[in-house]
Amino acid sequence: MIEAVGLVKRYGNVTAVDGLSFTVPAGSVTGFLGPNGSGKSTTMRMILGLDAPDAGTVTVNGSPYVKYRRPLREVGALLDAKAVAPGRSAYQHLRWLALSNGIPRSRVEQVLRQVGLASAARKQAGGFSLGMAQRLGIAAALLGDPPVLMFDEPVNGLDPEGVAWIRSMLKSLAAQGRTVFLSSHLMSEMALTADRLVIIGRGRLIAETTVADFLAAGTDNYTRVRCTHAAALAALLTERGATVGREPDGALRVTGATADEIGEAARARGLGLLELSPQQMSLEQRYMELTRDTTDYHADPMPTPAAH
Amino acid sequence: MTTAIHSPASLAVGRRRGDFTNVVRAELAKLTTIQSTYWALLVSFAANTGFAALAAALLAPRLKPSDLAHVDVVQLALAGLHLSQVAFGVLGALTVTGEYGSGMIRTTFAAVPRRRTVLAAKGLVFAGTALVTATLSTVVAYLAFLAALPAHTLSGTALTDPGVTRAVLGGGLYLTVYGLLGFGLGALLRSSAAAIATLLGVLFVPPLLLDLLPGSWKTTVGPYIPMQSGSQIFVAVRHEAASLAPWTGFGVFCLYAAAALLAGFLAINRRDA
Repeated sequence: MIEAVGLVKRYGNVTAVDGLSFTVPAGSVTGFLGPNGSGKSTTMRMILGLDAPDAGTVTVNGSPYVKYRRPLREVGALLDAKAVAPGRSAYQHLRWLALSNGIPRSRVEQVLRQVGLASAARKQAGGFSLGMAQRLGIAAALLGDPPVLMFDEPVNGLDPEGVAWIRSMLKSLAAQGRTVFLSSHLMSEMALTADRLVIIGRGRLIAETTVADFLAAGTDNYTRVRCTHAAALAALLTERGATVGREPDGALRVTGATADEIGEAARARGLGLLELSPQQMSLEQRYMELTRDTTDYHADPMPTPAAH
Repeated sequence: MTTAIHSPASLAVGRRRGDFTNVVRAELAKLTTIQSTYWALLVSFAANTGFAALAAALLAPRLKPSDLAHVDVVQLALAGLHLSQVAFGVLGALTVTGEYGSGMIRTTFAAVPRRRTVLAAKGLVFAGTALVTATLSTVVAYLAFLAALPAHTLSGTALTDPGVTRAVLGGGLYLTVYGLLGFGLGALLRSSAAAIATLLGVLFVPPLLLDLLPGSWKTTVGPYIPMQSGSQIFVAVRHEAASLAPWTGFGVFCLYAAAALLAGFLAINRRDA
């Protein structure tokens, strides 16, 4: 479990992390989401004791990270896959890490096989592609067989096969009861991997929730209805307090009534339904909606086509 | 380890020692798997041996009797130190700054959050490696000097002659301590360029400044500047009245390195990695 309480980090007069509190429980994959520059990496560095918070505390399984004498056995972390001495081979890199925490040599061979780098173990890490460097970073995180794992943007640079591999690996690590915490700025990726979400913007907590609850609370959820007598149904639903709009293709866009209520109302009046489909905002849209006001860097909107 | 496991207190001590051993072994694995180590050692061996042979074969036979009063045998044999000291100093600095440059320092501090332990282990491994290789290279240089020296050109060259053994081995000590000065500056400044520039500046700028100052400074301050104080340890017989005694000079030189190391140790916990 990772527990952050009131974390604050300032760089000069920029407040990168501003009173951030959250909990990452064991046994699930928790996604750490936020736009670029929202403070995700800074928070992860504070968890590892690399950056000192200006206020607040963060503990890993009840103790500050820097108190662990052999921390690789407690927390495995991948922060920056390219932070490896370019002249050292994958094996040499893992070997010194293992030595520093009294981890047996056999474990090095084991994690190299586990991440699919066994054949590249003697190659210099400087010549690795970003995908291979990510695999090496993941191998380093797994080295101490730790109960807590933390990854900063782990799917960056991985090919589709690698992305699928890391998704299943993260899920199986969580299923073993470990704490898995991963950051991303890609909501769509989180939708497939995470069970829980910690969402931040400009260093502040926006939401701490499960993926399911997060989706259910979307403000733009509606029901799309096509009907043989659209105008009649629209009048009926409006009368019952629902809000009815029109989709570009002429279908009704109903909010304030569930699909069940709409279907029942139409049946009672003998109106034929051609389509009745609840539309939930995608995780991506929900995320955009929440972080719209907190994005530091955003482009001018592209002109939207009239119909699609 | 055999009797220590009976009381919890001694077990804790044993484990703590074990942890430091682990960090030292990790740092040794790092130092031996980085190319700059081998380059620096190769350059210093080549410089020490090459200059020694050249000095013996070309320079020594041409010395006039009047020159002999100023020339020290071992200082001549270790002429290569002027170049090899740069190699050792730069290697010392790079041992620390190389990790900051690649960002690997974060991996290191995540693996061992006790940063002063990391720095101590790193320094110990570097100092040990430097002491062994530097001493070996000055001994080899001295032997190469003797081998290349034409007969009857110089006297007082044997290891049994006054100061010769101390000066030859002292060359290794000098290189090691200059390497540690680079190491301390590396820990303090964290950037390779800044650390190396400062390291070379500390050595070569004070003599230039002294030349600009009144003559009395040369005899009062001159002996204490790093280059002057440090080089006394590899001079067999003192020729300049104003210079410090070998071990006194070396002690002063060690203070410069100690100051840099202390500053590095104090700074390392205060900053974000």
